[in-house]
Amino acid sequence: MNIGSVRDDALYMDELSQKNSPIHRLDPRAKIIASVFFIFTVLSFNRYEIFALISFFAFPVFLLVSAELPVWYLMKKVIIISPVVILIAIFNPIFDREAIFVLAGTEISAGWVSFLSILIRFFLTAGSVLILLACTGFYEVCMALERMRVPPIFVMQLLFLYRYIFVLLDEGSRMVRAHALRSFSDKHMGMKTFGSMLGNLLLRTVDRAERINCAMLARGFAGSVTMHRRIKFRASDVLFVALWPVLFILMRKYNFSGLIGNLLLVIVK
Amino acid sequence: MSHHIVEVKDLYFTYHDGTPAIRGVSFRITHGESVAVVGANGAGKSTLLHHLNGSIVPKHGEVRIGDYPITKERLKEVRRTVGMVFQNPDDQLFMPRVFDDVAFGPLNYGLPSNEIEARVDKALAEVGALDLKNRSSTRLSAGEKRAVSIASVLAVSPDILVLDEPNSDLDPRARRRLIELLKTFKHTKIIATHDLDMVLDLCPRTIILAEGKVIADGNSLEIFNNEKLLKRSNLEKPLRMQECPDFGKQK
Repeated sequence: MNIGSVRDDALYMDELSQKNSPIHRLDPRAKIIASVFFIFTVLSFNRYEIFALISFFAFPVFLLVSAELPVWYLMKKVIIISPVVILIAIFNPIFDREAIFVLAGTEISAGWVSFLSILIRFFLTAGSVLILLACTGFYEVCMALERMRVPPIFVMQLLFLYRYIFVLLDEGSRMVRAHALRSFSDKHMGMKTFGSMLGNLLLRTVDRAERINCAMLARGFAGSVTMHRRIKFRASDVLFVALWPVLFILMRKYNFSGLIGNLLLVIVK
Repeated sequence: MSHHIVEVKDLYFTYHDGTPAIRGVSFRITHGESVAVVGANGAGKSTLLHHLNGSIVPKHGEVRIGDYPITKERLKEVRRTVGMVFQNPDDQLFMPRVFDDVAFGPLNYGLPSNEIEARVDKALAEVGALDLKNRSSTRLSAGEKRAVSIASVLAVSPDILVLDEPNSDLDPRARRRLIELLKTFKHTKIIATHDLDMVLDLCPRTIILAEGKVIADGNSLEIFNNEKLLKRSNLEKPLRMQECPDFGKQK
């Protein structure tokens, strides 16, 4: 993964958030509340649950479709980070070998079931966060967090992280290029070079932080960043926040996938 | 109007590592003056400018804004009076969108929220960047960034504008636009720069710094005609004052 593509991704996500769909127009707070509710409900299932989780795909799919987001693009982003989760979950089949049910003559161990369950949850939660960002925008999320009385220090961290990640990426890629142009034979930089480059980048960052602080103080900064936006909780937002969490609770209580499956069987018969 | 006066008296400043940056600088700039601060790299220009809004506290001597010394208690007021445009717009524009950056100052100074939008629009219109209002700061060109930086300072209505190398990264056209823009401002202006041609356009008075000291302070034209002085401070005559040899003549 090169530095330029990370930058392009971030800019593309920013572009997506500028679209104008009914979902984009919702109050960011409504979307955050529903997403947080969604994540907690998904995480609250027991570790061998698979089928009940399937019905929860309704939420991301609904958002993807009504906000007209590029499904495959966002999917790829989730897949890229999935190895981390797979690495953690892969120990379940190794340690938890107790057979839990038989599928087509093969015994399936509890470990594999929980492995799959973790993967599904990962896709649901990581996917929903990505979708939230794509249909809301990073800054709007920050602003909504500020309005929701999240401590300003966290909001500021997020804001600055997002503002300066681009500057840092630029600086990093310039250094990498400068190195590449002067190292003719070696393709890889040794630990020593890498270490000193990283140190250099850190020093530059500290310098920049100092200058930014100066610029903030020069314009009357006194500890908190206020973002001025007229946002209003409208009827559609209330509806969004009221309906989805209720649906999540229902899906948590009753196994919708099972119900629909049974219903289909009845119809087929 | 005495509050537009900037006075520096016998100023000394040394960095933590012991490098002296300012060594006994004094000058007085009065209401509505436009003054260039020029000098070689490392002559102490930026350090001097940072004293003017209290970003740096002098080790010795004092800085007076509007006939009162800068003190801790007055910092907020001083920073409102002295609008500082930093050398690197990426340091100055730290907020997500242009609007937030320009609104940052007014919000901090407690302007009521129903006036914020009008104030931001006015400041952006002054620098001709109203159409950038909802753009993300990361995606602006150097010239646009510079314009927005200036708007973010104008938004708090300062009396004194301090600009640190305002055209260092601009293309010729953007540079010209900036000069025309700065000409329209009635503020007291203090501009640190290497661009002596711009000085001819904007500043009747020039202060030359060398090794942390003022080596000349006076009429820009007179100073730029003193080649010995320019040489001493690593400067060159402005291009338009250099005699033009046979350039462009058909042979």
